[in-house]
Formats: sequence, structure tokens, C-alpha cells
Amino acid sequence: MSDHEYTPKSKVGKWFNDRLPLLTLANHLTDYPTPKNLNYWWTFGGILTFCLITQIITGIVLGMHYVAHADLAFQSVEHIMRDVNYGWLIRYVHANGASMFFLAVYIHIFRSLYYGSYKSPREVIWIIGMLIYFLMMATAFMGYVLPWGQMSFWGATVITNLFSAIPLVGESITNWLWGGYSVDNPTLTRFFSLHYLFPFLILGLVVLHIWALHVPGNNNPIGIDIKKPSKDTVPFHPYIVIKDAFALLIFLLIFAFFVFFSPNILGHADNYIEANPLVTPAHIVPEWYLLPFYAILRSVPDKLLGVIAMFAAIFVLVILPWLDTSKVRSTVFRPIYKQFYWFLVADVLILGYVGAMPAEGLYLLIARVATTYYFAHFLIILPFLGFKEKTTPLPLSITEPVLGGSADMAMARNNSDLKEKL
Amino acid sequence: MRIFLKLIFLFVIISSLILSRANAAGEQQEPLKVDWSFKSFFGKFDRASLQRGYQVYTEVCASCHSLKHLSYRNLAEKGGPEFTELEAKAIASNFEVTDGPNSDGEMFERPAKLSDKFVMPYANVQEAIAANGGAYPPDMSVLVKARSGGANYIYSVLMGYDEPPAGMELDDGVYYNKYMYGNKIKMSSPLDEDIVEYSDGTKATVDQMARDVTTFLQWTAEPHLETRHKLGFRVIIYLSVLTILVYFSMKKIWSRIETKV
Repeated sequence: MSDHEYTPKSKVGKWFNDRLPLLTLANHLTDYPTPKNLNYWWTFGGILTFCLITQIITGIVLGMHYVAHADLAFQSVEHIMRDVNYGWLIRYVHANGASMFFLAVYIHIFRSLYYGSYKSPREVIWIIGMLIYFLMMATAFMGYVLPWGQMSFWGATVITNLFSAIPLVGESITNWLWGGYSVDNPTLTRFFSLHYLFPFLILGLVVLHIWALHVPGNNNPIGIDIKKPSKDTVPFHPYIVIKDAFALLIFLLIFAFFVFFSPNILGHADNYIEANPLVTPAHIVPEWYLLPFYAILRSVPDKLLGVIAMFAAIFVLVILPWLDTSKVRSTVFRPIYKQFYWFLVADVLILGYVGAMPAEGLYLLIARVATTYYFAHFLIILPFLGFKEKTTPLPLSITEPVLGGSADMAMARNNSDLKEKL
Repeated sequence: MRIFLKLIFLFVIISSLILSRANAAGEQQEPLKVDWSFKSFFGKFDRASLQRGYQVYTEVCASCHSLKHLSYRNLAEKGGPEFTELEAKAIASNFEVTDGPNSDGEMFERPAKLSDKFVMPYANVQEAIAANGGAYPPDMSVLVKARSGGANYIYSVLMGYDEPPAGMELDDGVYYNKYMYGNKIKMSSPLDEDIVEYSDGTKATVDQMARDVTTFLQWTAEPHLETRHKLGFRVIIYLSVLTILVYFSMKKIWSRIETKV
């Protein structure tokens, strides 16, 4: 929060603000001191908010025309595509919007990994973010089931069957999830209900995510603590607002390209075949954004251990602030971690690739190596690196290296001093 | 910027892996590539081809394949074959539909109207399977979108009938097709030269009919394709102009600060 007390100029404003300080909140949001060296990787927070709102609005409209029934769902989607005014546009925005949402969230997460935004004092922001990510995956999965195509049906069958791996109660839990003895109409209706509910839970968590962000303020590319407000900061409005708007427009151009010129390229052709419990597709694959986790699941020979590995892959991210022992936030000053960071990016992309391939032969071997490396990165490399790595000296403030024209290390404090301070 | 380059580098590696894999998959050949008029940013349907394609569908495909998501009115709608309303009405009236119950509680037969869905060749899936030697002739409404090769694949399958290679045993009612997944198909070659007589004088070669019916099926799968392309172009232009304006506003605003954006 900014230090100065805000009082509205008008009498009415003051009267209202004394009773409900909405104007104080608005003032806080516009004045919010933001590091002035934020690069474009920081614009994805705003982009993600836009994605969520877009998904909610298009989703509400789709919900007006969609029929959640095993016999009618596919037909109702075709009705939206053909007969509802601009129904094709709304559905394509919603379907591609999910992919764009995940594209943005992955960039947002990897930005945080690169600049150490999950570290003290921002652990709670990070954990809420991971909860949002987890809910997003659940929401997207259930949304993909709703058109009741072949991939919807068989994807739902594969994923819900995972719970049958739980010892003793597994089968009961699976039947409870299905609302019967197989994926059928009760499964579809509950998925629809939850798919409508979860985005609002995400919205609530997003408010907490932003609230938690506004307590310590933004991290920045240099990763050092800065005084707020100071020469190092700019007010959120108009500086960050206009920059976010520019980045959002670039993002929208890519989004529009998919929606209008390649609307089905990110989906699977089989989902335009009506669900048929008697015909299994040759390869059952989830949407691209879930592929790395699917690869981890399939790389473990035991079903239960595979499920545990898959959930553990998300859980290691939740406890990441305590796994990374380095006090230096930004990768800019961590030469060795920088290498490992790019290894991790490559590793996750490889996992995504083998997740789309049949789990056999060389693919299975690659998936196993990549899964092992994924866990090794978080559980072995990160904790040890924090103690071993010799980081380069950090600048005193944002302004110094920027105004000096170069990151002149003579101005920087000795590295060991800084470690103590942090 | 270097981060960006690295990301692009990784992206190129991964996508080339995926492409190389796609090329190596299966024994069937890669689909033929056709320069469709509906591809590309300004892609539109060839109206005459759509009308001919509809003729091929009705005279050849419709005896087994349904188009259950379409209505007869669609034939007269903008962006489709654009038959006149009278023509579409005449087409519809060739089909009998069951309506009712009437005031006596009886179901009755009547000629189809524009608002009716396309009449299906079989009453249900079971009847279709029974009549076709155990193979279900799929509904064609979204067939082009339901096959990963899209229009090229549909066209290729129609063109892909051939003698099986030496040593390949085929059961009764199974045919060899170069482009079909697994090379086996239960539909006999549907197109023969001059099997339909085009009213516009176009010669009905197998290739011509395959192109026309594929174009028609692309339209049934994406009836709003032309609107989508047209609107998409406008949206891209609008966004581009707005992006440029916002970019210069941003430059102006940030010029008050020493930091560059």
C-alpha cells in the first residue's frame, strides 16, 4: 500500500469512501508503485486476467445454448456452430481461448521460475498461483469432455480411471465420480456443473493472487528489493496499463489468427466424431497443455505410482520456494542455475512431445529419462545449487545500472554483503 | 531478446520432431495436396463446385451417408451452394418426412420443408450397419473436421482405390485404398466416370467429382467459413491499427521516464 492517506475530493465521494473505501482501493490500484524495469514477460499477468474474463463471458453464452445430455450434447454443439448467431465465433474463441490461456500461464510460470518470483516474501502469491493452475487444468479437462466427442469420452474414461488405482477404495471412488459404472450421462452433467463453477473459484483465487502481490509489490528482472515509491518505480497507471495493453494486443493478434484462420488446429480431429463407448480411438491423447503430465503418468510402470508421480509433479512446484535454497532471486546473477533453467524448459517440452506419442520403445525411454530429470531438477539440483553456486554481484538499485548505461559492478555491493541483507 | 531466440530455437526443434514423426507414421501414403479455393486468408467456396458437389452427394453418397446436422434451408443460405429459395424448396419436397401427431393423434407423412433436417438414409445406426456388411457409413456433416488430413484426406481416399499390392489378402467386402488408415476400406469405390451428369456441362471425371464433393463436405463441416475468413481479416486489420496506435501512445507516455520500453 502507498504511504499517503487518500481522501476523495468531492463531498459525496468522501461520504461514500468513509463507509466503503472503494475509492481508496481504486486509488491504490492506479498509484501502485511498480518497478520501472519490468520487461514484457511481466505483461502476462494482465493477459491472463483477460483470458479468464473472456472464457467466463463466452462460456456463459455457450451455456445458454449447450445441452448437457449424453444424447444431445454433440448435436447441441453443432447447433451452436451452425444456427446460433455467431455461435461458431463464440465457441471457437472459447475453445482456442483455453489453449491461449494455458500458453499464457506457462509463460507466466516460467517467468516466475526465471526471475525467482516465488521466493521470499512472495511464497503465498506463488502457492495461490499453483492452486489456480491446478484448477485451470481440472476446468479445462472437464470442458473438453462437454462436446461429447470421441476424445471427450475416452479422455474422461482414462483420467477418471486413474482414481481406481487408489488401494481399497479406488473403485468406489471411481464409481462415485462417474455416478454409475462407466462414463455416461451422470458424468457429463456433473462435469458441466463443475465446469461452470470452477472458473468462479479461479476468479476468487485471482483476486487473492493480486492482493497477495500488492503486499510486497512486484518482483523485477534484477530481483533485488527496491524502495517504493522511489526513482526505481513508476505508478501503475498509466505506465504499466499502457504497456500491458500493448502486449495484450499483440497476444490478441495471435489469438485472432487461431480463431479465424486455424480454429481446429489445436484440437483433435477425433473429437468431431460423436462419443461411442464401443469404439476406442487408436491413440487417446489429452489436449496439448496437459501432455507433460500425461507423459509423467505413463512413464511409471505401476498405475498407482504413476498417478502419484503425476500429482507429485505439481506438488513439487507448490513447495518450490523451500526447495530453492538460493537467496538470489534473478537468474541474471546465477550463471549455473541459468543453464539448468534452460535444461528444465527443454525437459518439459520433451515431456510434452513424448506425451503425444505412443508409450512404447524409444518414446517410453525418453519419457522416463525426462521424468527423472524433472524431479531431479527440483529435488536435487535446486537445493544443492543454492549452497554451491557463486552468484555474480547484484546492483544496488534498478536506476544505477540503467542510468549508468551498463551494469557496472563497481557500483554494486559485495555479493556476500548482499546475501546477508536478503 | 536472447531468451526469445532460445525459445524459438526450442520450438523449431520440437516441431521438427513432431513433423518427422508424422511423416514416418503408418503404411498408408500421405494425402494428396489440392490447392483448394477455400484455403488461405481470403479463401471462398467455388459456388458452382458446391452445387455440383451437392449433386454428387445426393446421387452417390446419400444412399448410405447421412448429413443429419444440416437442414434444407442451409442450401439456400449465404456462403453455401446458394441455391435459390425455390430450388431449395424443390429439393426438400423430394423427401418424405414423418410429422405429427395430428389432431387425431396420428403420425403422418408429408414432403419435407426448408426447416426440416436432411432425411437420413437409415432409421438408426443399427440398420445402417446391418445394411452395409457390418461397417457404419459415418455421418458426413462434420466428416472433414473429423479426419486429421481434412479435405485433402477425403479427396485422397476418393482417389485412392487401387489394386492391392502383391501378397495382400483382402476379405470379401474389403477394398484396398492407398490413403486410408491401414489401407483397408469397407466402402467400394463410389465414383466412376460419368456416374452423374452435371447440368452445367462440366465433364464428370472421377477427379472432378471427388473435388466437388469434397468442397461440398468442407462446406457442410464449416458452413460459416466464408464469414469467418471475412470477419477474421477485418479483426486482424482493426487489431493491427490499434496495436500501432497503442504502441506510439506507450512510447509517448514512457518518454517522461529515462527507462526504455
